[in-house]
Amino acid sequence: MFFVELSFSMPKKITITINGKKISCSPGETIFKVAKNNGIEIPGLCGHPDFPPKANCRVCVVEIKGYNKLVTSCSEKVADRMVINTESERVKKARNLNLELIFAEHIEKCPTCAINSTCRLLYYAEKYKIKVRRFSERKAKRKTYKFANAVEIDGSQCIDCRNCVDACSMLQKINYLEIKGKGINQEITPSKDPEVDCIYCGQCALHCPVNSAAEQSEWQEVEKLLRNPGDKKLVAMFAPSIRVSIGEEFGLPYGKVVTGQLSAALRKLGFNYVFDVIFGADITTVVEAGELIDRIKNKGRLPMITSCCPGWVKYAEFYHPELLPNLTSARSPHVHLAGAIKTYWAEKSGIDPKNIITVSIMPCTAKKFEAMRKELAINGARPVDHVLTTREFAFLLKKNKINLAKLKPENSDNPALPVARGGIVSGSARPDGAGSIYGASGGVMESALRTAAALICKGDKICDNRIDFKEARGMKGVKEAEVIIGGQKLRIAVVNGIGHINPIIKKLSDYDYIEVMACPGGCIGGGGQPIPTTPEIRQLRAEALYKIDKNAQLRNAHENKGVIEVLKWLKTKGKLESQVLHTKYIKRS
Amino acid sequence: MPKDNNILYKIKKSGLIGRGGACFPVWKKWTAVKNALNERPENDRKSYVICNASEGEPDVKKDFYILKNYPEKVIAGMLLALAYLGAKRGYLYINADYYRILKVKLEKAADGAPVEILVKPSGAGYIGGEETSILNAIEGKRIEPRLKPPFVFKEGLFGLPTLLNNVETFYNVALVEEGSYRPDRFVTIIERSPKTSFKPFERLRKIIKREVFLFPEDWTVEKILKKSGRLPSYKFFVQLGGGASGIVLNSGQLKNPLTGSGSITIYNLETHDPMELAREWIGFFCGESCGKCVPCREGTFRVKEQLEKKNVDWPLIKELLENLAETSFCGLGCSAPIAITSYFKNVFPLISDKDNALAPSQLKTVCECFS
Repeated sequence: MFFVELSFSMPKKITITINGKKISCSPGETIFKVAKNNGIEIPGLCGHPDFPPKANCRVCVVEIKGYNKLVTSCSEKVADRMVINTESERVKKARNLNLELIFAEHIEKCPTCAINSTCRLLYYAEKYKIKVRRFSERKAKRKTYKFANAVEIDGSQCIDCRNCVDACSMLQKINYLEIKGKGINQEITPSKDPEVDCIYCGQCALHCPVNSAAEQSEWQEVEKLLRNPGDKKLVAMFAPSIRVSIGEEFGLPYGKVVTGQLSAALRKLGFNYVFDVIFGADITTVVEAGELIDRIKNKGRLPMITSCCPGWVKYAEFYHPELLPNLTSARSPHVHLAGAIKTYWAEKSGIDPKNIITVSIMPCTAKKFEAMRKELAINGARPVDHVLTTREFAFLLKKNKINLAKLKPENSDNPALPVARGGIVSGSARPDGAGSIYGASGGVMESALRTAAALICKGDKICDNRIDFKEARGMKGVKEAEVIIGGQKLRIAVVNGIGHINPIIKKLSDYDYIEVMACPGGCIGGGGQPIPTTPEIRQLRAEALYKIDKNAQLRNAHENKGVIEVLKWLKTKGKLESQVLHTKYIKRS
Repeated sequence: MPKDNNILYKIKKSGLIGRGGACFPVWKKWTAVKNALNERPENDRKSYVICNASEGEPDVKKDFYILKNYPEKVIAGMLLALAYLGAKRGYLYINADYYRILKVKLEKAADGAPVEILVKPSGAGYIGGEETSILNAIEGKRIEPRLKPPFVFKEGLFGLPTLLNNVETFYNVALVEEGSYRPDRFVTIIERSPKTSFKPFERLRKIIKREVFLFPEDWTVEKILKKSGRLPSYKFFVQLGGGASGIVLNSGQLKNPLTGSGSITIYNLETHDPMELAREWIGFFCGESCGKCVPCREGTFRVKEQLEKKNVDWPLIKELLENLAETSFCGLGCSAPIAITSYFKNVFPLISDKDNALAPSQLKTVCECFS
C-alpha cells in the first residue's frame, strides 16, 4: 500500500519559521515536506514517499526551539509557531557525524556503480564536506545474495535503511527480505521460508538509496560486445516505458518523451540496429486479443490473465500454479520482437540469426530472468541475449560520455522493413504508436480491448468500436469495470502492483480478463527505472505515455502493417509460428 | 469530578511517580489511556494493561524482589488498572530468568485473574524492556522501538490504548487502594568487587553483595547508604539507577534523592580500572543495540572500537557520545552515554591528573531521554 500523506481539508493554515523564514503551511505535514515545498533542502536517506517514515538514518535531524533533543524532520509534524533551524551548528555536527558513520557501512564501488551519477551519498558528501574515510569500513566481508540472475543485495554496501524490506513487504507484500541479527550484526537476508520466494520485481533496488539492492549487472558483457562485436550484428530493443523515463538521468523533466534521442544514443553507443519494442507490443496485443476471443467463444478457461509482466509470471508460477492455465500463452513484447528479428527480419535481411545479438533495454529486473527461460528458445537459441535496465543503460551512456539530452533525434529501425544487403541502416520513419501505453498499468488491457473489439466487430458497422478504455487507467491499486465490446459484456480487472493481487485472486470468477503488473504504476514504476521513483514521478511518466497514445496515428495494434506482415509470414512457417508467438509456464513451488 | 473512592483520584493524591525510570506521574498516564479509550467508538472500547517486569538494567533486580515477595500486590495493582479501564486482559511481561525462579508463585498469584504471564523472548535483551519494543515482542514482531507517535497510551498493543507500568508502580497502586501507601521506594544496593578485570564466566563475581531495601523516597543517597549500613569504609564512587544507564557520582555528590530506577552501585575508587569500566559500559550498549538507528548501532560500536585502541581519540568519543544523546531513535540510545560521560566528569579527575577530554559535557538525564 502506498503511504499517502492525508491532507485533510483543513482550512486553517499555520505559520512556522524555518531558518528565519516565515512559512505558511498546513498542520499534519512533516517538517521535511514543508521545507521541501519551500525550497529548503534537508538531507535524508531512509525516507521514501512510498513508505511511512522510519526515521532510522537520523540524517534529517533539525533543531526546534524549546525541544531538548534534535528531531527527525521526516517524522515530526509542523505545529503553529514552531521555530526550526535546519542548519545550526548543532544540526550540522549531528547530521555530518551520522553521514560519516553511514559511509563506513558502505564500501564504495563507485566506478562501476550504476547509480554513481545520481548517488545521494556522494552528493551529500560533497555538499556537506563529509569526511568519508573518518571511520574504517566495517562491512567488507558481508555476503552478496543473488536472486536468480535478476536482483542482488550486496551486504557490503548496505546502510541498513531498510527501504528494501519496506518495498518487499509493505509495497509488494512478498516478505522475501528479512532483517536478521541486531546492532552491528544486523543484515538484510532472503527468507529461508520455503513458502516464500523472490519474484525479481526489483522494487528493493528501486528504493535502495545506495545501490546495495540492485540489478545483477550485464552492462559489462554488453560493453565488451560493443567494443569488439566481431562478426556479430548488435541489435537494441527499447521498451515502451523507457522513452518517458530515461531523460531524467540526463537532467530532463519527469515524463519528457525522448524516443528519438533514445534511438540516437543506442546507435552512438555502437548498436547496429535499434528497434522499438512497441512493435513487439503490437504483436503481443494481436496474439493476446485473439486468444481472449477464442477463449470466450469456445468456452475456454476464464478469466484470461496477462503474462507480459515477468514478475507477475514468477509470482503465479510460485504462489498460484493453479492459475497458470489462465495466463495468456502470448509471449511478452520484447520476446515477440526478438523472435521476429531473429526469424523474419534476419531472413529478409540475409543475416544469419546466429550472428544477431539482441539486447533489451528494460524498465525491469525480472526481464533478466525471463530472457533466460529455456521454454522461449527458437530453433534452440534464446531470442533475447541480454537485458539491461534503464539504469544500466543510462550508466553505459554516461560512462561513454554520451549525453542523451543533447542528441539529435533519430528514427528507430523498422523490423518489418528489412535492411539492404550490406547492412545499411534502413532509417525508416516510425512514429510512436499506441503500444506505448504498455508501459503504464492498464495499458496492456486497453490495447487488447481495442483489438478484441475490432476483431469481434469485423464487418459489423453498427458495432461499438471503442478506442479509449479509461476504466483501465490510473494509479489505483485495483481497477475494475464492465466493458461492452461488440455487444459482448466483459468483466475486467487491472491489478496495479502485486501487493494488490490477493483480493482479486479470491474472486477470480467475477472476471473475464485481468491485467496484472507487479510494479506500482506498471513498467513506468518498474524495478529497473531511474531513481527516484515516487508516486508523482510515476504519474508524470504515465501521463506522458497516454499523451503519446492520444496523438498517435496508429492506435490499434491490429492495424500495424508491419505486424500484419510478420504474422502472415509466420503462418507459413509451420512450427516456427508457435515458437515465436507462444510460451508455457512452469510450476515452481 | 473524581470521587474520593476513585482509584485515579487516590493515585493523584498519593503523588505516585512511575518507577520504570521515565519519572512520569502515574495518574497522568492512566488518564491518557482512559481519554484515548473514550475517543474510540462506543462499541470498540478495548484496551490492554501491561506490567513491565523485564528489568533489563543490569544488576538492579528490585522488580525481582517485589515479584518474589509481593506477587499478589502486583497482580492486585494490575486488576485495579484493568477495572479502571474496563479492559479484559492484562499481560505480565517478564524476564525469562525471573520466570524460571518465580513461576509457581506468580501463577498462583495470577490464578483466576485475567492476567497472562508472557516471558520476554530469548535474545530480546535490554531493548526488549523498552515500552514499544515490548508491544512488538508481544505481537511477535522484530523487537525494537516503534516510531512515536502513535503513543502507547493511544495506539499501543495491537493498535489499542495500552497502559504500561512497571512492577513497582503496580505494587504501589495496590497499596494506594488499600490506604497503606507511603512515599517509599525500593532501593537495591550493589557492592562491586574491588577487582576490575573479569573473564566472561566470572561475570557474577563482579558483585560481592546485593540487597534490596525500602526507604522513604525523599531520602538522599547519602542517607540511604548510612541508614542501610552500606556506606563504605573505603574510598568509593556510585552509579545510580542501574549498571548500564545509571549516572555516576563521586562520594561528595550524594546530597540528592534517587530518581529513575532505584539502585545504587558502589565501586571502589582506588582499585577500579577506568578503561575497563568504560569498555564494560559502552560494550553493553553496543551488544544490546537493536540496530535500528545509526547513532546507536554505529556510534556505540565506534566508541567501543576507540576504547580498545592504544591511542584513544577522546574528542571523537565525545562527539559520538553527544551524538547518541542528541539523535538516537529511542531513550535507550539517548541514555547510553550517561554512565561513561558522568564517570569522566565526576570521578576520573579524582584519580588522574591527565587531561580529561570527555568533560565537561552536557548530560541528559534518563528522564529527559525518555520524555
